[in-house]
Amino acid sequence: MTKAFQSVQSLQQALAAVGYIASEGLAVSLYLALAKARPLFLEGEAGVGKTEIAKTLAHVLGRDLIRLQCYEGLDINQAAYEWNYARQLLEIQAAGTDQTDAHTRVNALFSDAFLIERPLLRALRPGAGGAPVLLIDELDRADAAFEAFLLEILSDWQITIPEIGTIAAASPPIVIITSNRTREIHDALKRRCFYHWVDYPSRAVELAILQEKAPVAGAALQAQLVDFVQALRDKQLFKAPGVAETIDWAQALVALNCVALDPQTVDQTMGVLLKYQDDIARIQGSEAAQILAEIQLAATHGDAASA
Amino acid sequence: MTGSVASIPSVPDPKLDQNIMLFVRLLRQIGFRTGPASMIDAVEAVQQTGLASKAYLYHALASSLIKRHEDQPLFDQAFRLFWRNPQFHEKLRALLLPQIRLPGGDADQAEDMARRLFDALGGSPETKPDALEEVTIEFDATATATDTDRILHKDFETMSADELRVAETAIARLAPKLPKRLTRRYRHGHQGKTIDLRAALRDASRRCGLVMPRFRRRIEMPCPLVILCDISGSMEQYSRVMLHFIHRLSAVQPRVHSFLFGTKLTNISRQMRQRDVDLAVGDVAARVDDWSGGTRISDNLAQFNGEWGRRVLGEGAVVLLITDGLDRTRDDGLSAQMERLGKSTSSLIWLNPLLRFDGFVPKSHSIRAMMPHVDRFLPIHSLQSIMDIADSLGGVDNCLDPSIEGWRRAARLAALAPQSAAAYAQEKE
Repeated sequence: MTKAFQSVQSLQQALAAVGYIASEGLAVSLYLALAKARPLFLEGEAGVGKTEIAKTLAHVLGRDLIRLQCYEGLDINQAAYEWNYARQLLEIQAAGTDQTDAHTRVNALFSDAFLIERPLLRALRPGAGGAPVLLIDELDRADAAFEAFLLEILSDWQITIPEIGTIAAASPPIVIITSNRTREIHDALKRRCFYHWVDYPSRAVELAILQEKAPVAGAALQAQLVDFVQALRDKQLFKAPGVAETIDWAQALVALNCVALDPQTVDQTMGVLLKYQDDIARIQGSEAAQILAEIQLAATHGDAASA
Repeated sequence: MTGSVASIPSVPDPKLDQNIMLFVRLLRQIGFRTGPASMIDAVEAVQQTGLASKAYLYHALASSLIKRHEDQPLFDQAFRLFWRNPQFHEKLRALLLPQIRLPGGDADQAEDMARRLFDALGGSPETKPDALEEVTIEFDATATATDTDRILHKDFETMSADELRVAETAIARLAPKLPKRLTRRYRHGHQGKTIDLRAALRDASRRCGLVMPRFRRRIEMPCPLVILCDISGSMEQYSRVMLHFIHRLSAVQPRVHSFLFGTKLTNISRQMRQRDVDLAVGDVAARVDDWSGGTRISDNLAQFNGEWGRRVLGEGAVVLLITDGLDRTRDDGLSAQMERLGKSTSSLIWLNPLLRFDGFVPKSHSIRAMMPHVDRFLPIHSLQSIMDIADSLGGVDNCLDPSIEGWRRAARLAALAPQSAAAYAQEKE
């Protein structure tokens, strides 16, 4: 089933309906990527929902999701296609001594029957509901040589296999590329994509996300959590907590039957939010208590103002 | 994705197209590298989203024209100014014009820039006029080859303008051996440790089914280099030569990230990638405005660790830290930042011009704070020392330099009692 998005809002609403709150900037970029059939390149800190958008999109559009997790040393054999060597060897053995039979069999060693499809090649084949959503996750983990290989796929939607020829997609897949920016991606690849920097969400968006993902936590706790995390992000930490950490924290606090933040609980659960010892050591204790006092003060002021 | 989005009939609006074109031109003039393809994208993007709100226009243009996160603030500013009042564009361009001309292809002006930088760096009041004269006389009497030999061991600080030029030419001809590491990429061959089944079977299909083993082996690639170079007042005499050295390294190794730091940290990697060294140095001079100021090393390292560390230190990067390590403020954060830097790289090499003094003792507070976290500690004050560095960078002993233990011990001793450190220095002599 294919859904048509008439406007940016309708896309935003469709995503929200399945629990993904997208900021306006992200929605516009995504809408454009869909409309112009171009890859979308998402860069941002870890844990801001880059991977999640691809999953949600596949779900909303009713398409297959094909995921390619990048890592160092990733090459064509693991990313696009591989020959079935075991079968090829067996075929050679089976060819036997009959000259003409052996000749035809050996000639057919490099044909579709012996080809193993890997994610990129699979993404060029139509799946259930149309062309699939292809997620190329954490591209910065692969080396620069792999990027060069992606260029052909991303601009012409085709893969060239030397032994067979060129395999082109009937309809291009929806491509989402993510990067944590542990190294710079080459301009040639970025040029082919729409680019969006996924920032930490604003307070309102983060609150909406929390209501969606951790509804069990009460409204008061949610607001407190979000205020605390937003304050943490201004503290120049080595790694500020992402949305994923906020959700984890909310769920952790619910599991601990906590209804409101207090300095002790914050200290005990700090490891859910911050993953660097330097950061934890800096925030734990008096700094955390101070942030907590500030947001409580701001909350009572806000209440007074609204009352 | 023709199926998933209803195509909106585009209303051709020549005025709008023209304005987008002007906007793209403006972006180019302030340093964006936006090609005509991106401009067409931008026009189409705006037609797609429509002009219902200014926010849509912004996001449509942003996603088709910005390709790097660093460009965002500049884009925001340009967007605000341009789309508020298009006539403003002319005025804005006029304002930006002198800036644009400088780094552009105008060779004369770049050369002029380089010359001015040269004067600023080389012609300091401390250069004694009589020393200069003496050198000039010597130059008249000797051949160029001998000049190079003679200035090999001379400190850059005491070199005359002519000698510096000879040194720079020598640096431009360096062939540094760079650190390498095994990658997970393979090369086919008749020898190797792993069997290359694909090559073997392709071969078999040609030999009518006869399978002969083919091999493959992992290939070596140079590690990325990250260079952090101090340009504060105490390093003034060295900055220009260091830029030439950085330029040479950038020319032989595509993955060099270079930064200058004084009062602030500046990324000069792109400027350094220019082929012509004088243009490159000119560009850097135009971009950096904190030459010969003060410095707080720990602030700069903190900024590097926070903003750049995770982006450029991957894939076994080797860091060259060029500084004398003299930081007037007693700063307790320095040790922590150095530790972070040292732990994020495969090898941290400190190049320090102060090592020119034979009796150098790591006495200063800041040097003692940095010493425990570096893997190698080398002098960089003369042509000979630069050539030694170029020869030894590729060595396997980057991580186990025996002399570093001696330096660390000296730093610890100096921390305990200044007298014993002096005694240690004498003993070493």
